Amino acid sequence: MAKYLFLKHYRGAPAGVNDVPMDQWTQDEISAHLQYMDDFADRLRATGEFVDGQALSPEGAFVRYDGEGRPPITDGPFAETKDLIAGWMAIDVDSWDRAVELAGELSAAPGAGGKPIHEWLGVRPFLTAPPTVTE
Amino acid sequence: MDELLLRTLVPRVIGVLVRRGADFASAEDAVQDALVEAVRSWPAEPPRDPQAWLITAAWRKYLDAVRAAAARRRREDTVDTEPAPGPVASTDDTLQLYFLCTNPALSAASSIALTLRAVGGLTTRQIAEAYLVPESTMAQRISRAKKTISDVPLDTVGEIATVVRVLYLVFNEGYSGELDLAAEAIRLTRQLAAAVDHPEVAGLLALMLLHHARRPARIAADGRLVTLADQDRSRWDTALIAEGVQILQGALARDRLGEFQAQAAIAALHADAADVRETDWVQIVGWYDELIRIVDSPIARLNRAVAVGEADGARAGLAALAQLDPALPRWTAVSAYLHERDGARAKAAELYAEAARRASSALERDHLVRQAARLNAQP
Repeated sequence: MAKYLFLKHYRGAPAGVNDVPMDQWTQDEISAHLQYMDDFADRLRATGEFVDGQALSPEGAFVRYDGEGRPPITDGPFAETKDLIAGWMAIDVDSWDRAVELAGELSAAPGAGGKPIHEWLGVRPFLTAPPTVTE
Repeated sequence: MDELLLRTLVPRVIGVLVRRGADFASAEDAVQDALVEAVRSWPAEPPRDPQAWLITAAWRKYLDAVRAAAARRRREDTVDTEPAPGPVASTDDTLQLYFLCTNPALSAASSIALTLRAVGGLTTRQIAEAYLVPESTMAQRISRAKKTISDVPLDTVGEIATVVRVLYLVFNEGYSGELDLAAEAIRLTRQLAAAVDHPEVAGLLALMLLHHARRPARIAADGRLVTLADQDRSRWDTALIAEGVQILQGALARDRLGEFQAQAAIAALHADAADVRETDWVQIVGWYDELIRIVDSPIARLNRAVAVGEADGARAGLAALAQLDPALPRWTAVSAYLHERDGARAKAAELYAEAARRASSALERDHLVRQAARLNAQP
């Protein structure tokens, strides 16, 4: 088993095929979208592949050390950033192929017009502890 | 309160319950409940006969569950047909439990989880913590696994090779947090070796002991990976090495060589050398050839290329490496190492940096980045 992180973007991923901003969807389309994501997570819970997942606010800032005795500098809210994460889900699955299959499924969440968004999801393997037997 | 004793008793108690007519899934649940009660009450009132105590408690839990869950009619039937709790038959069902938990219908992850619980006596929480997943996720894996094998009778004989493979996977998970999975795998393999006389079980046990013996020297105090060549060999556990070698010799004498015996033989040759320069690399290459004859895995061939590099020089190692697919995990790292040995420092630094980008573990990545930096820092 290996863990992977799925990343959903507000900004920074290539545009989805059905790329309509969420605030222009109907109420029902939004509900259907959220329901799809909840059901997806529930299914992974049932198969024993779910680790964790959270949605992130677009708000926030970059923070940086500014030298001894001075308060950290903040810069934001993300005016210059290209990559803005909307949420993430961690899964624990048997293979990279399974991770890709699941990401494909999540990317098919319905959007405007009830049609799949075809959004791009970032899929990243976790770096883990090395196996005990190496040589 | 001897938690280890408690865990050792688990497979036997499950076996007794199943022999008395409980299905495996309910028996397993009942034993888990009884364990929780044991942890609570034994410190104050230690039982005279822990196994008998656990059997009684688990059987009571089982009956409670049946009474609570089933319809009135079924409940009465079960109580009616309850056999007298007389003396327990001396058959040990532990081996059958290993087969059941590693049934080929289960995925590797499910087999591991179920084995650790039903044979290892660990709680779902302990297993979840070891694998860094939520307890609910691990509970799902276990309950799905139990459902998958619900129709398999306990006395079904399975493949010992599958059992051995699952224990090897547990061992390879290393350890995290409180539960040491490597030590747990060794305990279970010892138990299996006591229940069945099979050279590959002995081979696996020897392999685990030999690797475990070197563990104190593998990771430095600051968390860095220490390569075999740089390990402080005085920190190797000589008692474990001696035991591993002895078990291996017994297995090899049976003349039924398998992959784990071959791997253990390689580990034994490493353990045998007081210094990396004294390592018998020629013999190690010979054992890799044996291993490849048994299982022709690309990883074994990659490891063989490293050994060839030591036995016959870096050029020979690079030639062996050139036969293999560069997409293999660690191929680039091995190439970097052999290029450095061959004196091509700039090329080696480049390859180390690339290998670091492709590493699948943080410890390995950090190690490879340091190697690249070391070469780049020197003129």
